[in-house]
Order: sequence, then structure tokens, then C-alpha cells
Amino acid sequence: MNWTAVASIYRFEMARFFRTITQSFVSPVLSTSLYFVVFGTAIGSRIEQVEGISYGAFIVPGLIMLSVMTQATSNASFGIYFPKFIGTIYELLSAPINFLEIVIGYVGAAATKALFIGVIILVTAFFFVDLTIAHPIAMLAFLVLTCVSFALLGFIIGIWAGNFEQLQLIPLLVITPLVFLGGSFYSITMLPPIWQTITLFNPVVYLISGFRWSFFGASDVPVGLSLLAIAGFTLACMAFIWWIFKTGWRIRQ
Amino acid sequence: MSSIVSVQNLRKTFEGGFEALKGVNLEIEEGEILALLGPNGAGKTTLISTICGITLGTSGSITVGGHDVVTGYRAARSLIGLVPQEINLEPFETVMNSVRFSRGLFGKPRNDAYLEDVLKKLSLHDKKDARIRTLSGGMKRRVLIAKALSHEPRVLFLDEPTAGVDVELRKDMWDVVAALKADGVTIILTTHYIEEAEAIADRVGVINKGEILLVQDKAALMAQLGKKELHVELTAPVDAIPTSLSKYELAMGPGGRSLVYSYDTKGERTGITTLLNDLSKAGLKLADMETRQSSLEDIFVGLVKETA
Ligand SMILES: Nc1ncnc2c1ncn2[C@@H]1O[C@H](COP(=O)(O)OP(=O)(O)O)[C@@H](O)[C@H]1O
Ligand SMILES: [Mg+2]
Repeated sequence: MNWTAVASIYRFEMARFFRTITQSFVSPVLSTSLYFVVFGTAIGSRIEQVEGISYGAFIVPGLIMLSVMTQATSNASFGIYFPKFIGTIYELLSAPINFLEIVIGYVGAAATKALFIGVIILVTAFFFVDLTIAHPIAMLAFLVLTCVSFALLGFIIGIWAGNFEQLQLIPLLVITPLVFLGGSFYSITMLPPIWQTITLFNPVVYLISGFRWSFFGASDVPVGLSLLAIAGFTLACMAFIWWIFKTGWRIRQ
Repeated sequence: MSSIVSVQNLRKTFEGGFEALKGVNLEIEEGEILALLGPNGAGKTTLISTICGITLGTSGSITVGGHDVVTGYRAARSLIGLVPQEINLEPFETVMNSVRFSRGLFGKPRNDAYLEDVLKKLSLHDKKDARIRTLSGGMKRRVLIAKALSHEPRVLFLDEPTAGVDVELRKDMWDVVAALKADGVTIILTTHYIEEAEAIADRVGVINKGEILLVQDKAALMAQLGKKELHVELTAPVDAIPTSLSKYELAMGPGGRSLVYSYDTKGERTGITTLLNDLSKAGLKLADMETRQSSLEDIFVGLVKETA
């Protein structure tokens, strides 16, 4: 392994993040605060409690997941798409590095950025609601796994995308709706039975449910199933990336 | 001298079925400057890209420093610096960061003193903290070279380094290349400017339509193919070349107003003196005369025509 190269890519990508630090931090903090004001305060005052938890606190895990998934995906997809777009990909292809090292560098950086933002939202949340974390280690594990797996997905999207529209397409058309319909802002037990069944086909439900369990100790679906879902998703992304590596798909002619 | 880069029977067919390289064989000697000369679309960039690992060859083999570029890609690529044809740079990065990144990619430990030295040699040092997008085109080209040199390569590929560059900068670039050669770096540069190949190369390879037509020592190439021509302008046009002059194998110019004599500059005698004598014996009066040496350009055009 060429760890110097991995560190180089990682540092280079993180530098881009810190260069636009205001953008990187202010926007998630601002939008989260707005969510708390609108959902937590305005709507929450009518909903009162969900499963014995104040509504404001109940939406925190979902809000974090929403940001973390979109940030991990868009950071990783942009990270690898940009060199393709401006042509600097030639350097990655002609350097004595393999695809795995490239993936670790880009995905690692994207996951780190998403993790930063997740933590910032969590900290912001403490200012708005009373929050206790029942299983901190599991919480962190869920958070990290989500960052990594969605960064892997983003990496695939970035390799696949041929233009900026395609780059935005999947996050916009797939991830955001799945997250909104994945129980970020409600417990799926609040839905009519038929919708409860349909919802179970949404993979994001398992992530949010598991993540919420790590906060409150209660979940929509069994925690084991949540872990299985995210592990399965991570493995699927890794397998796809392995295939890209083997075939040179969209990278080497 | 031994080959540092060896290309054997390399073929490259692109996805659409276009064959850009048709069985290229090329041995590049350590420490030399090889100019690959060829018109646009000849396959120069494709050849370089395949050696450097950006594209995959369809068949054939390439070694760099004895390492196969596919199975021994780490060792092979570690030896190579590549300056691409297009100016592909991160616009928002600073020069120094960009160069540092390149060095890191090649697994070399950080060494800012070395990098600053490279920047100095390229007259880029005062721009080291400038963002790349603020630099001129010529400066950006130098940044590309600095990036390629950042990891101390043994072999440097320069893909049309002076295309679209003004005369001043082109001369600067040649100086940089000469200095690198003095440091023992092997340099392969592609160009479609013949004067460039003529000015700085040790050997010249001519490539057209995916085939290497020849690779030769520049001086030998010039001597072998660099015949001189004597153009004699006549005061009055002739209908035919007088038979008394047949041994000179003269060619007749347009309208019979001139005669052309080809001779070898390296020959024992050029035959010019006797020709001039025989011309006046035949009653021809000379208005003017001139000698021309065929340049690489003529050689090149001739070769490309032959294979067209
Ligand atoms: N990715 C590609 N797909 C199909 N054809 C290509 C591709 N890249 C280059 N070519 C073709 O291969 C030929 C050689 O191109 P190139 O190596 O760039 O030539 P040069 O660098 O000598 O100008 C050209 O005809 C070009 O159109
Ligand atoms: Mg080219």
C-alpha cells in the first residue's frame, strides 16, 4: 500500500473542505436550526410526544442522518468527479497507486467531512432540545458506517456521472425522498398499516431506526436488522467499486 | 546504452473500433532526448498515455526501467513524470500545494526544499503561493512541468510542451529540457514543430497514422536524407536538357527557366565545379543560382506522403 499517496489525497480533499469552511459549516447549522424552529417548535407544540419522547428530540437522529447521507454522497461524488471534469484525473491514473488507495483517499475524506457535519448538528441540537444518548458507542458506529457507506455510493456516482446534472440526479431523486419518507420526522408506527409495509422496502428506514435506537433505546425495526441493512449496503457499494476497479469502467479506456 | 523505455508491438484499438496504434516498436535510450514528430491525430498522445498508464494497450508490451507497465505498474510509474498536452490543473489550489500533492501521490516523503528548487529552476518560485487560476498560460505549463518533476522522475514525457506558446517561452522551455538532460533525465517530447525536434532532440522518431515510420539519430537523419540542391536560373529558357549534361541527372524547373542539380554534401566531390563548366560549354547562360538543404520538414513531408 502506498499510504503516502492515500494521505496526500485525503489531505488535499480536506484542504478544499477547510478552504470553504464557512460554507461547509454554516449551511448545515443554519438549516438544522430552521428545522428545529419549524418542526420542533411550531409543529412539535401540537404533536407533543412520540413514543414518550418530545418531538423536538425525536427528530434529531433523522435530521443528522438526512444531512450526513446527503453530505457524504455529494462530497464523495464531487471529489472524484471534479478531477474527471477538469482533467487532473490524469495524475491519479499515471501515479504508482492502485484503485483501492484512490477510494480510501476520496471516500475517507468525504466520510470525514460528513462526520464533522453530523457532529456539528448534534451539538447544535443540544441548544434546542433536551437530549440524552442511550448508547453512545452504537450511535457513533451507526454514524461512521453511514458516512462511509454513503461516501462509497457517492464515489460510484462521481465515477458514473458524465456531467453535473447527472451528479445531482441521484442525490436529488433518490436519496432525499428516501430519507424524508424514511421516518426522519415521524415514527413509522404513526402510518396506516399498508404504508408501514411499503416503508419497510425503504433501506433508509433501517438506518434511521437503528440510529434513533442508539439515542432513545426504542426503534421501529429490530436493531440487528438495522445493522444488517447498513452492512449489506456498504458491502454492495464495495462490490460495485471492486467491479469498477476490475473493468476500468468510465476511468481507463 | 540500454533502453529505459521499451515498447513492443503495441496496438491500441479504442472502444469505437478505431485503431490508433498499429504495432508500435520503440526503444528509448537512457539519458537521451527523443522527439516524436507527427501530425495531429498521429497517435502521439495515445502512445504516451499508454506508456504512462492512462489508457490500456490492446496488445503488445511496454517496460519502463525493465518493469512491465501493467504487472509492475508501481515500479514503472515511479520512474515516470508526465506533462500532459492539455493544461489540466486545479484552478483554486496554490502552486506549492499542487506540486506537493503530486509528490505525495508518487509516495515520496515531503521535501519542500527540493520542490522549491524545482520551482526556482522553472522561474516559478515567486508564484509558489499564487492560486493557479491567476497564472498565465505559459506559467500554467510550467506548473505542469513542476508537478511532473516533483517526484524526481528518471523519464520525462512532454506532450507538445510548446504548442500555443510564444517564441520566448519556447526557448525557455528548451533550456529547461537541456538542463534536465544534463541531470541525466531521459526526455521524450512530442511535437509537430519540426524546428523543435531539430533544435533539441538527439534522436527523432516520425509517427503517422499509428505507425512509427522511422527513428534515427538526428544528425544521421539529416546527413542521410539531407541532400542539397543547386538551383540554376537561366537567362533564356531551354526546351530540353542538353545531352552533354545527362550524367548530372538534372531536373528541369518550371518553363525550362531553371535546372536543378542534387548532390550529396558528404560526398568526396560535389561535382559543382565541373557542372558549371559543362553548363557554359553547352552554351547556357546563368542568371542566378542558389543552394538549398532539405530540412527535417522536407524529410517529414516526404515520409508522410510515401505512407499516405
Ligand atoms: N478516447 C478515444 N476514443 C476514440 N478515438 C480516440 C480517442 N483518443 C484519441 N483517439 C483518436 O486516436 C487518434 C490519435 O490521437 P492522438 O493520440 O491524440 O494523436 P496526436 O496526439 O498525435 O495528435 C486520433 O485519430 C484520435 O481521434
Ligand atoms: Mg496529442
